[in-house]
Amino acid sequence: MAKELIMDIKDFSFKYAGAPKPSLVDINLPIYRNKVTAMIGPSGCGKSTLLRALNRIHDLYPGNEYKGEINLLNLETDNFENLLEIKKENEFIALRQRVGMIFQKPTPFPMSIFDNVAYGLKLAGIKDKNIVQEKVENALKGSAIWDEVKDRLKESAMGLSGGQQQRLCIARAVALKPEILLLDEPTSALDPISTGAIEELVSELKKDISIVIVTHNMQQASRLSDYTAFMYIGKLIEYNKTDKIFLNPQEKLTEDYVTGRFG
Amino acid sequence: MFSKEYLFKKVAFSSATLILIILVSIFVMLFISAKPAIEKYGFNFLTDSSWNKTVETKVPLTPQEIKAKKSSKQKINTEEDDSLFADDTPVLGGDEASDNEDSNFNIITKNIFGGFVPIIGTILSALIAMAFSIPIAMGIAVFLSEIAPDFLIKPVGTAIELLAAIPSIIYGMWGLFYFAPLVQKVFGGSQISLLTAGLVLGVMILPFMAAITRDSMNTTPDVLKESAYALGATKYEVVKDVIFPYAKVGIIGSIILSLGRALGETMAVAFLIGSVFKIPHNLTDPTISIPVVLANNFGEASGDMMSSLFFLAFVLFVFSFFTIGIAKFYFLRGRR
Repeated sequence: MAKELIMDIKDFSFKYAGAPKPSLVDINLPIYRNKVTAMIGPSGCGKSTLLRALNRIHDLYPGNEYKGEINLLNLETDNFENLLEIKKENEFIALRQRVGMIFQKPTPFPMSIFDNVAYGLKLAGIKDKNIVQEKVENALKGSAIWDEVKDRLKESAMGLSGGQQQRLCIARAVALKPEILLLDEPTSALDPISTGAIEELVSELKKDISIVIVTHNMQQASRLSDYTAFMYIGKLIEYNKTDKIFLNPQEKLTEDYVTGRFG
Repeated sequence: MFSKEYLFKKVAFSSATLILIILVSIFVMLFISAKPAIEKYGFNFLTDSSWNKTVETKVPLTPQEIKAKKSSKQKINTEEDDSLFADDTPVLGGDEASDNEDSNFNIITKNIFGGFVPIIGTILSALIAMAFSIPIAMGIAVFLSEIAPDFLIKPVGTAIELLAAIPSIIYGMWGLFYFAPLVQKVFGGSQISLLTAGLVLGVMILPFMAAITRDSMNTTPDVLKESAYALGATKYEVVKDVIFPYAKVGIIGSIILSLGRALGETMAVAFLIGSVFKIPHNLTDPTISIPVVLANNFGEASGDMMSSLFFLAFVLFVFSFFTIGIAKFYFLRGRR
Protein backbone atom coordinates (compact mmCIF):
# COMPACT_ATOMS: atom_id res chain seq x y z
CA MET A 1 0.00 0.00 0.00
CA ALA A 2 1.24 3.39 -0.89
CA LYS A 3 2.55 5.59 1.88
CA GLU A 4 0.38 8.56 0.95
CA LEU A 5 -2.67 6.58 1.91
CA ILE A 6 -4.05 6.98 5.42
CA MET A 7 -7.01 4.70 5.02
CA ASP A 8 -7.84 1.95 2.61
CA ILE A 9 -11.31 0.50 2.31
CA LYS A 10 -11.38 -2.94 0.72
CA ASP A 11 -14.37 -5.00 -0.43
CA PHE A 12 -16.39 -3.39 2.29
CA SER A 13 -20.05 -4.37 2.73
CA PHE A 14 -22.39 -3.23 5.46
CA LYS A 15 -25.83 -4.38 6.54
CA TYR A 16 -27.97 -2.62 9.15
CA ALA A 17 -29.48 -4.70 11.93
CA GLY A 18 -32.70 -6.27 10.70
CA ALA A 19 -32.36 -4.93 7.15
CA PRO A 20 -33.10 -7.46 4.40
CA LYS A 21 -30.36 -6.21 2.06
CA PRO A 22 -26.93 -4.74 2.67
CA SER A 23 -26.74 -0.95 2.44
CA LEU A 24 -23.20 -0.96 1.09
CA VAL A 25 -21.77 -3.52 -1.31
CA ASP A 26 -18.12 -4.15 -2.15
CA ILE A 27 -16.78 -0.66 -1.61
CA ASN A 28 -13.13 -0.12 -2.55
CA LEU A 29 -11.94 3.35 -1.72
CA PRO A 30 -8.56 4.83 -0.82
CA ILE A 31 -8.34 7.88 1.45
CA TYR A 32 -5.22 9.97 0.83
CA ARG A 33 -3.28 11.61 3.55
CA ASN A 34 -3.77 15.37 4.04
CA LYS A 35 -6.23 15.52 1.21
CA VAL A 36 -9.95 16.17 1.16
CA THR A 37 -12.01 13.28 -0.13
CA ALA A 38 -15.63 14.09 -0.96
CA MET A 39 -18.43 11.55 -1.13
CA ILE A 40 -21.36 12.58 -3.28
CA GLY A 41 -24.51 10.89 -4.44
CA PRO A 42 -28.28 11.12 -4.17
CA SER A 43 -30.05 10.62 -0.84
CA GLY A 44 -30.03 7.05 0.36
CA CYS A 45 -26.98 6.08 -1.69
CA GLY A 46 -25.09 5.04 1.45
CA LYS A 47 -22.49 7.80 1.67
CA SER A 48 -23.34 8.68 5.27
CA THR A 49 -23.50 4.99 6.15
CA LEU A 50 -20.01 4.53 4.77
CA LEU A 51 -18.72 7.58 6.63
CA ARG A 52 -20.19 6.33 9.90
CA ALA A 53 -18.42 3.01 9.42
CA LEU A 54 -15.03 4.73 9.32
CA ASN A 55 -15.03 5.39 13.07
CA ARG A 56 -17.39 2.50 13.88
CA ILE A 57 -20.03 4.85 15.29
CA HIS A 58 -22.52 2.30 13.91
CA ASP A 59 -21.49 0.06 16.78
CA LEU A 60 -23.49 2.17 19.25
CA TYR A 61 -26.48 0.27 17.91
CA PRO A 62 -26.17 -3.50 18.09
CA GLY A 63 -26.65 -6.01 15.32
CA ASN A 64 -25.04 -4.34 12.31
CA GLU A 65 -22.93 -6.56 10.06
CA TYR A 66 -19.62 -5.67 8.48
CA LYS A 67 -17.70 -7.48 5.77
CA GLY A 68 -14.35 -6.71 4.17
CA GLU A 69 -11.62 -4.47 5.51
CA ILE A 70 -11.16 -0.86 6.51
CA ASN A 71 -7.45 -0.40 7.00
CA LEU A 72 -6.21 2.58 8.96
CA LEU A 73 -2.56 3.61 8.94
CA ASN A 74 -0.94 3.41 12.33
CA LEU A 75 1.41 6.41 12.31
CA GLU A 76 3.70 4.91 14.92
CA THR A 77 4.33 1.55 13.32
CA ASP A 78 3.63 2.65 9.74
CA ASN A 79 1.44 -0.42 9.30
CA PHE A 80 -2.17 -0.62 8.30
CA GLU A 81 -4.56 -2.10 10.82
CA ASN A 82 -8.05 -3.30 10.04
CA LEU A 83 -10.38 -1.28 12.22
CA LEU A 84 -13.21 -3.74 11.68
CA GLU A 85 -11.39 -6.12 14.00
CA ILE A 86 -11.82 -3.80 16.96
CA LYS A 87 -13.87 -5.33 19.76
CA LYS A 88 -12.83 -3.81 23.08
CA GLU A 89 -14.22 -0.55 24.36
CA ASN A 90 -10.85 1.06 24.98
CA GLU A 91 -9.85 0.33 21.38
CA PHE A 92 -13.05 1.99 20.19
CA ILE A 93 -12.21 5.03 22.27
CA ALA A 94 -8.70 5.16 20.82
CA LEU A 95 -10.10 4.79 17.30
CA ARG A 96 -12.59 7.59 17.78
CA GLN A 97 -9.91 9.87 19.09
CA ARG A 98 -7.89 9.19 15.94
CA VAL A 99 -10.88 9.49 13.63
CA GLY A 100 -12.97 12.50 14.61
CA MET A 101 -16.47 13.24 13.38
CA ILE A 102 -18.62 16.28 12.71
CA PHE A 103 -22.35 15.88 12.25
CA GLN A 104 -24.98 17.43 10.06
CA LYS A 105 -26.37 19.59 12.84
CA PRO A 106 -24.11 21.38 15.30
CA THR A 107 -23.97 19.38 18.52
CA PRO A 108 -22.62 21.58 21.30
CA PHE A 109 -22.81 19.90 24.68
CA PRO A 110 -24.84 21.62 27.40
CA MET A 111 -21.79 23.22 28.99
CA SER A 112 -19.59 26.27 28.54
CA ILE A 113 -17.68 27.04 25.33
CA PHE A 114 -14.37 26.27 27.00
CA ASP A 115 -15.61 23.02 28.53
CA ASN A 116 -16.97 21.89 25.18
CA VAL A 117 -13.52 21.99 23.63
CA ALA A 118 -11.82 20.74 26.77
CA TYR A 119 -14.22 17.82 27.02
CA GLY A 120 -12.45 15.56 24.55
CA LEU A 121 -9.11 16.37 26.19
CA LYS A 122 -10.56 15.49 29.56
CA LEU A 123 -11.78 12.19 28.15
CA ALA A 124 -8.34 11.54 26.74
CA GLY A 125 -7.00 11.86 30.27
CA ILE A 126 -5.22 15.21 29.98
CA LYS A 127 -5.47 16.75 33.42
CA ASP A 128 -2.82 19.49 33.47
CA LYS A 129 -4.77 22.75 33.41
CA ASN A 130 -2.12 24.70 31.53
CA ILE A 131 -1.90 22.12 28.77
CA VAL A 132 -5.69 21.97 28.49
CA GLN A 133 -5.85 25.76 28.37
CA GLU A 134 -3.24 25.88 25.64
CA LYS A 135 -4.79 23.12 23.56
CA VAL A 136 -8.25 24.63 23.80
CA GLU A 137 -6.92 27.99 22.71
CA ASN A 138 -5.01 26.48 19.79
CA ALA A 139 -8.01 24.44 18.70
CA LEU A 140 -10.28 27.49 18.81
CA LYS A 141 -7.73 29.54 16.86
CA GLY A 142 -7.25 26.74 14.38
CA SER A 143 -10.99 26.57 13.86
CA ALA A 144 -11.28 30.29 13.14
CA ILE A 145 -13.60 30.98 16.03
CA TRP A 146 -11.19 32.26 18.68
CA ASP A 147 -11.79 35.95 18.00
CA GLU A 148 -15.53 35.52 18.35
CA VAL A 149 -15.51 33.59 21.60
CA LYS A 150 -12.35 34.56 23.46
CA ASP A 151 -14.25 36.95 25.75
CA ARG A 152 -17.06 34.54 26.55
CA LEU A 153 -15.37 31.19 27.06
CA LYS A 154 -17.29 30.66 30.29
CA GLU A 155 -20.69 31.20 28.68
CA SER A 156 -22.92 28.36 27.55
CA ALA A 157 -22.19 27.08 24.07
CA MET A 158 -25.93 26.95 23.43
CA GLY A 159 -25.91 30.74 23.01
CA LEU A 160 -23.71 30.68 19.88
CA SER A 161 -25.13 30.93 16.38
CA GLY A 162 -25.46 27.77 14.28
CA GLY A 163 -22.32 28.48 12.28
CA GLN A 164 -20.32 29.27 15.40
CA GLN A 165 -21.60 26.11 17.07
CA GLN A 166 -20.46 24.05 14.10
CA ARG A 167 -16.99 25.61 14.17
CA LEU A 168 -16.92 24.97 17.90
CA CYS A 169 -17.68 21.32 17.22
CA ILE A 170 -14.82 21.24 14.71
CA ALA A 171 -12.56 22.84 17.31
CA ARG A 172 -13.66 20.20 19.78
CA ALA A 173 -12.70 17.44 17.36
CA VAL A 174 -9.48 19.16 16.25
CA ALA A 175 -8.32 19.62 19.84
CA LEU A 176 -7.72 15.87 19.98
CA LYS A 177 -5.40 16.11 16.96
CA PRO A 178 -7.16 13.37 15.00
CA GLU A 179 -5.55 11.84 11.94
CA ILE A 180 -8.80 11.83 10.01
CA LEU A 181 -11.81 14.08 10.34
CA LEU A 182 -15.15 12.83 9.05
CA LEU A 183 -17.62 15.54 8.10
CA ASP A 184 -21.21 14.44 7.57
CA GLU A 185 -22.88 17.22 5.55
CA PRO A 186 -21.44 19.78 7.95
CA THR A 187 -22.99 22.81 6.30
CA SER A 188 -26.46 21.57 5.38
CA ALA A 189 -28.03 23.30 8.39
CA LEU A 190 -26.10 26.56 7.94
CA ASP A 191 -26.56 29.82 6.07
CA PRO A 192 -24.24 30.70 3.13
CA ILE A 193 -21.91 32.90 5.19
CA SER A 194 -21.37 30.26 7.87
CA THR A 195 -20.97 27.70 5.10
CA GLY A 196 -18.22 29.81 3.58
CA ALA A 197 -16.45 30.03 6.93
CA ILE A 198 -16.60 26.26 7.38
CA GLU A 199 -15.32 25.61 3.86
CA GLU A 200 -12.41 27.95 4.40
CA LEU A 201 -11.69 26.17 7.63
CA VAL A 202 -11.71 22.77 5.95
CA SER A 203 -9.14 23.80 3.35
CA GLU A 204 -7.05 25.19 6.20
CA LEU A 205 -7.32 22.03 8.28
CA LYS A 206 -6.16 19.65 5.57
CA LYS A 207 -2.59 20.75 6.14
CA ASP A 208 -2.58 18.59 9.25
CA ILE A 209 -5.58 16.35 8.95
CA SER A 210 -6.97 14.06 6.27
CA ILE A 211 -10.59 14.90 5.65
CA VAL A 212 -13.54 12.89 4.38
CA ILE A 213 -16.62 14.95 3.67
CA VAL A 214 -20.10 13.85 2.71
CA THR A 215 -22.02 16.52 0.89
CA HIS A 216 -25.17 17.07 -1.10
CA ASN A 217 -23.78 20.20 -2.56
CA MET A 218 -21.80 19.49 -5.72
CA GLN A 219 -20.28 22.97 -5.86
CA GLN A 220 -19.00 22.39 -2.37
CA ALA A 221 -17.46 19.07 -3.39
CA SER A 222 -15.78 20.58 -6.43
CA ARG A 223 -14.54 23.61 -4.48
CA LEU A 224 -13.21 21.74 -1.50
CA SER A 225 -12.08 18.29 -2.40
CA ASP A 226 -9.05 16.75 -4.03
CA TYR A 227 -10.71 13.41 -4.65
CA THR A 228 -14.36 12.60 -5.17
CA ALA A 229 -16.27 9.37 -4.83
CA PHE A 230 -19.67 9.09 -6.47
CA MET A 231 -21.99 6.56 -4.88
CA TYR A 232 -25.33 5.25 -5.99
CA ILE A 233 -27.63 2.76 -4.20
CA GLY A 234 -24.98 1.28 -1.97
CA LYS A 235 -22.28 1.02 -4.63
CA LEU A 236 -19.26 3.10 -5.39
CA ILE A 237 -19.80 4.05 -9.03
CA GLU A 238 -16.74 6.13 -9.67
CA TYR A 239 -13.76 7.43 -7.78
CA ASN A 240 -11.14 9.81 -9.10
CA LYS A 241 -9.51 13.18 -8.73
CA THR A 242 -12.21 15.79 -8.27
CA ASP A 243 -11.63 17.64 -11.53
CA LYS A 244 -11.78 14.38 -13.47
CA ILE A 245 -15.08 13.46 -11.85
CA PHE A 246 -16.62 16.81 -12.58
CA LEU A 247 -15.09 17.53 -15.97
CA ASN A 248 -14.53 14.16 -17.50
CA PRO A 249 -16.50 11.42 -15.77
CA GLN A 250 -16.06 7.90 -17.11
CA GLU A 251 -19.47 6.60 -16.13
CA LYS A 252 -22.75 7.73 -17.62
CA LEU A 253 -24.39 7.72 -14.17
CA THR A 254 -21.73 10.02 -12.75
CA GLU A 255 -22.08 12.39 -15.64
CA ASP A 256 -25.85 12.52 -15.24
CA TYR A 257 -25.51 13.25 -11.56
CA VAL A 258 -22.81 15.92 -11.69
CA THR A 259 -24.55 17.71 -14.52
CA GLY A 260 -27.73 17.75 -12.49
CA ARG A 261 -29.79 15.47 -14.69
CA PHE A 262 -30.95 13.49 -11.65
CA GLY A 263 -30.50 13.35 -7.91
CA MET B 1 -69.70 37.25 15.39
CA PHE B 2 -69.15 34.07 17.39
CA SER B 3 -66.80 32.41 15.02
CA LYS B 4 -65.18 29.11 15.92
CA GLU B 5 -61.93 30.96 16.36
CA TYR B 6 -63.48 33.26 18.95
CA LEU B 7 -65.17 30.42 20.77
CA PHE B 8 -62.02 28.37 20.80
CA LYS B 9 -60.05 31.22 22.30
CA LYS B 10 -62.67 31.83 24.97
CA VAL B 11 -62.86 28.16 25.94
CA ALA B 12 -59.10 27.87 26.22
CA PHE B 13 -58.91 31.10 28.18
CA SER B 14 -61.61 30.13 30.65
CA SER B 15 -60.04 26.71 31.20
CA ALA B 16 -56.78 28.41 32.05
CA THR B 17 -58.51 30.92 34.31
CA LEU B 18 -60.47 28.21 36.09
CA ILE B 19 -57.36 26.54 37.43
CA LEU B 20 -56.10 29.85 38.75
CA ILE B 21 -59.45 30.54 40.43
CA ILE B 22 -59.43 27.10 42.06
CA LEU B 23 -55.91 27.60 43.34
CA VAL B 24 -56.64 31.03 44.79
CA SER B 25 -59.92 29.94 46.33
CA ILE B 26 -58.27 27.00 48.08
CA PHE B 27 -55.66 29.34 49.45
CA VAL B 28 -58.25 31.85 50.65
CA MET B 29 -60.50 29.18 52.16
CA LEU B 30 -57.60 27.62 54.07
CA PHE B 31 -56.48 31.00 55.30
CA ILE B 32 -59.93 32.08 56.50
CA SER B 33 -60.56 28.78 58.29
CA ALA B 34 -57.12 28.88 59.87
CA LYS B 35 -57.39 32.52 60.87
CA PRO B 36 -58.47 32.00 64.51
CA ALA B 37 -55.47 29.72 65.09
CA ILE B 38 -53.13 32.02 63.20
CA GLU B 39 -54.21 34.98 65.33
CA LYS B 40 -53.98 32.98 68.53
CA TYR B 41 -50.67 31.17 68.06
CA GLY B 42 -48.94 33.08 65.29
CA PHE B 43 -45.52 31.83 64.32
CA ASN B 44 -45.16 29.98 67.62
CA PHE B 45 -47.44 27.38 66.07
CA LEU B 46 -44.60 26.32 63.79
CA THR B 47 -42.17 25.71 66.63
CA ASP B 48 -44.48 24.55 69.40
CA SER B 49 -44.45 20.80 69.84
CA SER B 50 -47.51 20.47 72.07
CA TRP B 51 -50.77 19.43 70.48
CA ASN B 52 -54.04 19.65 72.34
CA LYS B 53 -52.23 20.13 75.65
CA THR B 54 -54.16 21.50 78.60
CA VAL B 55 -52.41 24.35 80.25
CA GLU B 56 -53.43 25.96 83.49
CA THR B 57 -52.56 29.50 84.35
CA LYS B 58 -53.27 31.39 87.55
CA VAL B 59 -54.78 34.80 87.30
CA PRO B 60 -55.23 36.86 90.48
CA LEU B 61 -58.81 37.64 91.34
CA THR B 62 -60.09 41.11 91.72
CA PRO B 63 -61.59 41.91 95.11
CA GLN B 64 -65.08 42.01 93.64
CA GLU B 65 -64.64 38.56 92.21
CA ILE B 66 -63.50 37.18 95.56
CA LYS B 67 -66.63 38.48 97.10
CA ALA B 68 -68.82 37.06 94.42
CA LYS B 69 -67.06 33.74 94.64
CA LYS B 70 -67.56 33.40 98.34
CA SER B 71 -71.22 34.21 98.11
CA SER B 72 -71.94 31.61 95.43
CA LYS B 73 -69.57 28.72 96.06
CA GLN B 74 -72.23 26.16 95.36
CA LYS B 75 -72.95 27.53 91.96
CA ILE B 76 -69.33 27.56 90.91
CA ASN B 77 -68.93 23.92 91.78
CA THR B 78 -71.61 22.90 89.35
CA GLU B 79 -70.08 25.06 86.72
CA GLU B 80 -66.80 23.28 87.28
CA ASP B 81 -68.46 19.96 86.58
CA ASP B 82 -69.69 21.30 83.31
CA SER B 83 -66.23 22.38 82.39
CA LEU B 84 -64.94 18.84 82.80
CA PHE B 85 -67.22 17.69 80.06
CA ALA B 86 -66.34 20.61 77.97
CA ASP B 87 -62.63 19.96 78.27
CA ASP B 88 -62.23 18.79 74.73
CA THR B 89 -63.64 21.96 73.35
CA PRO B 90 -61.13 24.63 74.16
CA VAL B 91 -62.26 27.43 76.31
CA LEU B 92 -62.05 30.60 74.40
CA GLY B 93 -62.47 33.18 77.11
CA GLY B 94 -60.66 31.13 79.70
CA ASP B 95 -62.78 32.66 82.43
CA GLU B 96 -63.76 29.50 84.24
CA ALA B 97 -62.68 29.35 87.78
CA SER B 98 -62.20 26.22 89.84
CA ASP B 99 -62.09 25.85 93.52
CA ASN B 100 -58.51 25.95 94.63
CA GLU B 101 -56.65 25.98 97.92
CA ASP B 102 -55.51 29.40 96.92
CA SER B 103 -58.89 30.93 96.42
CA ASN B 104 -57.44 34.29 95.55
CA PHE B 105 -56.53 33.02 92.09
CA ASN B 106 -58.56 32.14 89.08
CA ILE B 107 -57.31 28.96 87.37
CA ILE B 108 -57.69 29.26 83.64
CA THR B 109 -57.42 26.10 81.55
CA LYS B 110 -56.94 26.20 77.86
CA ASN B 111 -55.81 23.79 75.18
CA ILE B 112 -52.67 24.70 73.30
CA PHE B 113 -52.02 23.61 69.75
CA GLY B 114 -48.63 23.58 68.09
CA GLY B 115 -47.73 22.10 64.73
CA PHE B 116 -44.03 21.39 65.17
CA VAL B 117 -44.26 17.60 65.44
CA PRO B 118 -46.33 16.98 62.31
CA ILE B 119 -44.34 19.57 60.36
CA ILE B 120 -41.09 17.87 61.29
CA GLY B 121 -42.63 14.46 60.63
CA THR B 122 -43.76 15.53 57.17
CA ILE B 123 -40.40 17.01 56.21
CA LEU B 124 -38.37 14.11 57.58
CA SER B 125 -40.50 11.40 56.01
CA ALA B 126 -40.37 13.20 52.65
CA LEU B 127 -36.60 13.60 52.95
CA ILE B 128 -36.11 9.91 53.75
CA ALA B 129 -38.30 9.06 50.78
CA MET B 130 -36.26 11.29 48.47
CA ALA B 131 -32.93 10.01 49.76
CA PHE B 132 -34.09 6.47 49.15
CA SER B 133 -35.76 6.93 45.78
CA ILE B 134 -33.63 9.45 43.86
CA PRO B 135 -30.55 7.22 43.36
CA ILE B 136 -32.64 4.16 42.54
CA ALA B 137 -34.91 6.09 40.17
CA MET B 138 -31.88 7.50 38.36
CA GLY B 139 -30.44 4.01 38.07
CA ILE B 140 -33.66 2.64 36.62
CA ALA B 141 -33.94 5.53 34.18
CA VAL B 142 -30.35 5.22 32.98
CA PHE B 143 -30.76 1.49 32.56
CA LEU B 144 -33.97 1.85 30.58
CA SER B 145 -32.85 4.68 28.34
CA GLU B 146 -29.24 3.71 27.70
CA ILE B 147 -28.25 0.23 28.78
CA ALA B 148 -31.18 -2.18 28.58
CA PRO B 149 -31.38 -4.42 25.50
CA ASP B 150 -34.42 -3.83 23.32
CA PHE B 151 -36.37 -6.86 24.51
CA LEU B 152 -36.24 -5.59 28.12
CA ILE B 153 -37.14 -1.95 27.56
CA LYS B 154 -40.83 -2.49 26.85
CA PRO B 155 -41.72 -4.95 29.64
CA VAL B 156 -39.69 -3.22 32.35
CA GLY B 157 -40.95 0.20 31.29
CA THR B 158 -44.56 -0.99 31.34
CA ALA B 159 -44.08 -2.63 34.74
CA ILE B 160 -42.83 0.66 36.14
CA GLU B 161 -45.77 2.57 34.74
CA LEU B 162 -48.13 0.01 36.29
CA LEU B 163 -46.41 0.33 39.67
CA ALA B 164 -47.02 4.06 39.54
CA ALA B 165 -50.73 3.40 39.21
CA ILE B 166 -51.14 1.29 42.38
CA PRO B 167 -53.37 3.05 44.94
CA SER B 168 -51.47 4.28 47.97
CA ILE B 169 -53.52 2.31 50.47
CA ILE B 170 -52.14 -0.88 48.96
CA TYR B 171 -48.62 0.38 49.54
CA GLY B 172 -49.68 1.14 53.11
CA MET B 173 -50.96 -2.38 53.72
CA TRP B 174 -47.98 -3.99 52.08
CA GLY B 175 -45.72 -1.73 54.10
CA LEU B 176 -47.44 -2.52 57.38
CA PHE B 177 -47.57 -6.29 57.02
CA TYR B 178 -44.42 -7.12 55.11
CA PHE B 179 -42.10 -4.18 54.94
CA ALA B 180 -42.33 -2.89 58.52
CA PRO B 181 -41.12 -6.15 60.13
CA LEU B 182 -38.25 -6.20 57.68
CA VAL B 183 -37.27 -2.62 58.49
CA GLN B 184 -37.41 -3.48 62.18
CA LYS B 185 -35.20 -6.51 61.64
CA VAL B 186 -32.60 -4.46 59.84
CA PHE B 187 -32.67 -1.16 61.72
CA GLY B 188 -34.23 -2.09 65.07
CA GLY B 189 -36.64 0.26 66.82
CA SER B 190 -40.35 -0.01 66.34
CA GLN B 191 -42.08 -1.42 63.30
CA ILE B 192 -44.21 1.60 62.66
CA SER B 193 -41.84 4.49 62.53
CA LEU B 194 -40.65 7.50 60.64
CA LEU B 195 -38.17 5.33 58.78
CA THR B 196 -40.73 2.76 57.67
CA ALA B 197 -43.10 5.48 56.51
CA GLY B 198 -40.29 7.28 54.66
CA LEU B 199 -39.07 4.13 52.94
CA VAL B 200 -42.53 3.06 51.82
CA LEU B 201 -43.13 6.60 50.58
CA GLY B 202 -39.87 6.23 48.68
CA VAL B 203 -41.03 2.98 47.11
CA MET B 204 -44.30 4.67 46.20
CA ILE B 205 -42.80 7.62 44.37
CA LEU B 206 -40.00 5.56 42.84
CA PRO B 207 -41.81 4.34 39.69
CA PHE B 208 -43.25 7.77 39.07
CA MET B 209 -39.87 9.45 39.31
CA ALA B 210 -38.15 6.77 37.25
CA ALA B 211 -40.73 6.96 34.45
CA ILE B 212 -40.54 10.74 34.06
CA THR B 213 -36.75 10.74 34.33
CA ARG B 214 -36.51 8.05 31.65
CA ASP B 215 -38.80 10.03 29.37
CA SER B 216 -36.75 13.16 29.72
CA MET B 217 -33.50 11.26 29.17
CA ASN B 218 -34.98 9.81 26.01
CA THR B 219 -35.40 13.31 24.63
CA THR B 220 -31.62 13.68 24.34
CA PRO B 221 -30.95 13.77 20.58
CA ASP B 222 -29.08 10.72 19.30
CA VAL B 223 -26.67 12.93 17.40
CA LEU B 224 -25.62 14.65 20.62
CA LYS B 225 -24.82 11.32 22.22
CA GLU B 226 -23.07 10.17 19.05
CA SER B 227 -20.88 13.24 19.00
CA ALA B 228 -19.78 12.52 22.55
CA TYR B 229 -19.03 8.91 21.62
CA ALA B 230 -17.18 10.23 18.57
CA LEU B 231 -14.85 12.10 20.93
CA GLY B 232 -14.07 8.86 22.68
CA ALA B 233 -16.52 9.00 25.56
CA THR B 234 -17.63 5.86 27.35
CA LYS B 235 -21.27 5.13 28.12
CA TYR B 236 -20.84 6.34 31.68
CA GLU B 237 -19.28 9.59 30.50
CA VAL B 238 -22.03 10.16 27.97
CA VAL B 239 -24.69 9.64 30.64
CA LYS B 240 -22.91 11.88 33.14
CA ASP B 241 -21.78 14.70 30.87
CA VAL B 242 -24.35 14.81 28.09
CA ILE B 243 -27.59 13.09 29.02
CA PHE B 244 -27.90 14.31 32.60
CA PRO B 245 -27.14 17.95 31.80
CA TYR B 246 -29.40 17.84 28.76
CA ALA B 247 -32.31 16.24 30.63
CA LYS B 248 -31.67 18.20 33.82
CA VAL B 249 -34.86 20.23 33.76
CA GLY B 250 -37.02 17.17 33.22
CA ILE B 251 -35.22 15.23 35.92
CA ILE B 252 -35.55 18.03 38.44
CA GLY B 253 -39.20 18.29 37.46
CA SER B 254 -39.75 14.62 38.17
CA ILE B 255 -38.05 14.97 41.55
CA ILE B 256 -40.19 17.96 42.47
CA LEU B 257 -43.41 16.29 41.42
CA SER B 258 -42.46 13.25 43.48
CA LEU B 259 -41.58 15.46 46.43
CA GLY B 260 -45.00 17.04 46.19
CA ARG B 261 -46.56 13.61 46.23
CA ALA B 262 -44.45 12.53 49.20
CA LEU B 263 -45.36 15.64 51.19
CA GLY B 264 -49.07 15.17 50.69
CA GLU B 265 -49.34 11.39 50.90
CA THR B 266 -51.87 10.43 53.55
CA MET B 267 -53.05 6.85 53.48
CA ALA B 268 -49.81 4.92 53.27
CA VAL B 269 -48.20 7.16 55.85
CA ALA B 270 -51.18 6.89 58.21
CA PHE B 271 -50.64 3.14 58.26
CA LEU B 272 -46.97 3.36 58.99
CA ILE B 273 -45.86 6.46 60.82
CA GLY B 274 -47.41 5.62 64.20
CA SER B 275 -49.60 8.69 64.72
CA VAL B 276 -48.09 9.86 67.98
CA PHE B 277 -47.36 13.49 68.75
CA LYS B 278 -43.75 13.01 69.72
CA ILE B 279 -40.64 14.44 68.21
CA PRO B 280 -38.67 11.49 66.86
CA HIS B 281 -35.21 11.22 68.38
CA ASN B 282 -34.28 8.30 66.18
CA LEU B 283 -35.33 7.55 62.65
CA THR B 284 -36.96 4.41 64.02
CA ASP B 285 -39.24 6.33 66.40
CA PRO B 286 -42.90 6.73 65.57
CA THR B 287 -44.19 10.24 64.94
CA ILE B 288 -46.86 11.89 62.79
CA SER B 289 -47.16 13.94 59.65
CA ILE B 290 -49.48 16.78 58.65
CA PRO B 291 -51.79 14.83 56.31
CA VAL B 292 -52.15 12.09 58.93
CA VAL B 293 -53.08 14.61 61.64
CA LEU B 294 -55.68 16.05 59.31
CA ALA B 295 -57.13 12.69 58.34
CA ASN B 296 -57.25 11.43 61.94
CA ASN B 297 -58.71 14.51 63.62
CA PHE B 298 -61.11 16.29 61.34
CA GLY B 299 -63.95 13.97 62.25
CA GLU B 300 -64.35 15.17 65.83
CA ALA B 301 -62.64 18.53 65.70
CA SER B 302 -64.22 21.86 66.54
CA GLY B 303 -63.20 25.26 67.80
CA ASP B 304 -59.49 25.79 68.32
CA MET B 305 -58.61 22.31 67.13
CA MET B 306 -60.50 22.82 63.90
CA SER B 307 -58.77 26.07 63.12
CA SER B 308 -55.44 24.54 64.14
CA LEU B 309 -56.01 21.73 61.68
CA PHE B 310 -56.71 24.30 59.02
CA PHE B 311 -53.56 26.09 60.05
CA LEU B 312 -51.63 22.85 59.50
CA ALA B 313 -53.29 22.38 56.12
CA PHE B 314 -52.38 25.94 55.27
CA VAL B 315 -48.77 25.30 56.26
CA LEU B 316 -48.66 22.20 54.07
CA PHE B 317 -50.18 24.10 51.17
CA VAL B 318 -47.75 26.99 51.42
CA PHE B 319 -44.84 24.64 51.93
CA SER B 320 -45.59 22.49 48.89
CA PHE B 321 -46.39 25.55 46.85
CA PHE B 322 -43.11 27.24 47.66
CA THR B 323 -41.00 24.11 47.29
CA ILE B 324 -42.31 23.62 43.79
CA GLY B 325 -42.35 27.32 43.00
CA ILE B 326 -38.78 27.96 44.07
CA ALA B 327 -37.44 24.85 42.37
CA LYS B 328 -39.30 25.66 39.17
CA PHE B 329 -38.20 29.26 39.18
CA TYR B 330 -34.61 28.37 39.94
CA PHE B 331 -34.21 25.63 37.35
CA LEU B 332 -36.25 27.20 34.58
CA ARG B 333 -34.22 30.34 34.91
CA GLY B 334 -31.08 28.24 34.59
CA ARG B 335 -32.48 26.81 31.36
CA ARG B 336 -32.79 30.16 29.60
